[in-house]
Amino acid sequence: MKSHPSTKVRAKEVGIELALALCSSVSILTTGGIIAVLLLESFRFFEEVSPSQLLFDTQWTPLFLDKHFGIWPLIAGTLLTSAIALSLSVPAGLIIAIYVSEFATERTRRFLKPILELLAGIPTIVYGYFALLFITPALQFVFPSIGSFNALSAGIAMGIMILPMMASLSEDAIYTVPRSLREGAYALGASKLQMIIGAVLPAAIGGITAAVILSAARAIGETMIVAIAAGQQPLLHFNPLAPVETMTAYIVQVSLGDTPHGTLEYHTLFVVAMMLFLLTMGLNMISLAIRERFKRMYR
Amino acid sequence: MKSSVAHKEIEAPSPTSETKTKTEEDARVDVATKKIKINVQNVELFYGTFKALHGINIAIPAREVTAFIGPSGCGKSTLLRSINRMNDLIDGVSLTGSITIDDQDIYAQGVDLIELRKRVGMVFQKSNPFPKSIYDNVAYGPRIHGIKDKDVLDDIVHKSLMRADLWREVQDRLHTSALDLSGGQQQRLCIARALAVNPEVLLMDEPASALDPRSTSKIEDLIGELRHDYTIVIVTHNMQQAARVSDSTAFFYEGSLVEVGRTKELFTKPREKQTEDYITGRFG
Repeated sequence: MKSHPSTKVRAKEVGIELALALCSSVSILTTGGIIAVLLLESFRFFEEVSPSQLLFDTQWTPLFLDKHFGIWPLIAGTLLTSAIALSLSVPAGLIIAIYVSEFATERTRRFLKPILELLAGIPTIVYGYFALLFITPALQFVFPSIGSFNALSAGIAMGIMILPMMASLSEDAIYTVPRSLREGAYALGASKLQMIIGAVLPAAIGGITAAVILSAARAIGETMIVAIAAGQQPLLHFNPLAPVETMTAYIVQVSLGDTPHGTLEYHTLFVVAMMLFLLTMGLNMISLAIRERFKRMYR
Repeated sequence: MKSSVAHKEIEAPSPTSETKTKTEEDARVDVATKKIKINVQNVELFYGTFKALHGINIAIPAREVTAFIGPSGCGKSTLLRSINRMNDLIDGVSLTGSITIDDQDIYAQGVDLIELRKRVGMVFQKSNPFPKSIYDNVAYGPRIHGIKDKDVLDDIVHKSLMRADLWREVQDRLHTSALDLSGGQQQRLCIARALAVNPEVLLMDEPASALDPRSTSKIEDLIGELRHDYTIVIVTHNMQQAARVSDSTAFFYEGSLVEVGRTKELFTKPREKQTEDYITGRFG
């Protein structure tokens, strides 16, 4: 049966392997390149501004005459909008996932899933204007004091944007819970809800946690919605009705402006990007670790 | 395709159906002095249009071990899963005839499935502990049935683990994950979990088929101890196991009950040719 491959076949195999390695190295090189640029440009920034100012100042005014470089207002803005988005998308996404996988009939499921996927396909700029021109005016009925740019409406729009991802990843996690666990709970006299809470969710918790963290990373990195609807005022507060500026919105603001290349203002871009990169990379790594930890549970 | 083949083979051995009724009568006489716990009468079960059980009649005595044996696909597990209505979870399953437990028809209208499954516990082929601590696994059943008092739960967990012969091995790590236990320990934990809701009947679907010989013998010893307090029905592929642990044995073939009798008699003096062929290893 086994014949030795001719040298021609072998050469072809090696060629294919090389081509594949080259393709996969593109993503590694890109990541490496990004990190290198961020490090290099951030280093230039730290030549002029000490890291302690970045971490301990509470004002972020690099574009004004009285320059302050405290990163916290941007981080606070990012965390505030992300928290609003997650507090909407996590519970709703989980409920959708449970409904679709456990309760929905095949017909409802076939109807519901494409609609969810449709949500995922909407460009974020549409969500941004939806927040600015629909959600904010709607919120004004409830909170008359709300600003025309505010963290709440951007957070809500972002929550809707993340919803399909959260729901879909959670549903995957719930779907992989083995049938034997469900039967085990039913055999003890569990009702459907008790079975879901007692057996399915604990078994799916790894995947659900990973879904939450990936959603968080998505919210933190989201740019268009917050740049359009949340405002561009880097103020250190946690009031959802007031405008905030997120890290991503700041990057948009500076890169669209007329900031000259090589100036200190220009370098702030890379410092903020670096912090953003660290934040999302950290979250992704936590998500990966959690998945690994829960993987061993079902061999 | 599968169903047509099955039908042909079932219809072939028609002479057995006459003698079958006789066998069942004899079996009933055998156990006449025993109280009947579960009475299966003329049960036919369909998966969609495929007929998986053909008019099964069997009386299962209380506080005894009854073994269901037969080759794969003979319907023994299907019948077992009908006794706690686990088949209800599968789409397209329909059942005619009746199954009574203590003279109460479990397929009657308005039967509370939760109440039924509390009375009829089940242990599965593959151990299926929840991804929780050992304690929480055992306490799961009592908790969903409304027991909240910690002392009561502690007591139930202790007693159930003792009964399942697992307490000694896990008493120091009740709050560690049940998934860290060995396969045999996990299966005994599942038995403890089933016992914790205080059932009257224990259904076991090949409870030792995935275990090593030592764990298997532990499970068998356990069945021997539990037989005095519970009505146990065990499905097994292993004929030696059926002979070791059971009081009566029922042999199924192609969805029909071929023969049922006291285990000793069925294994030494089978009445049916098919039974003899199976237990002597000529097919199956």
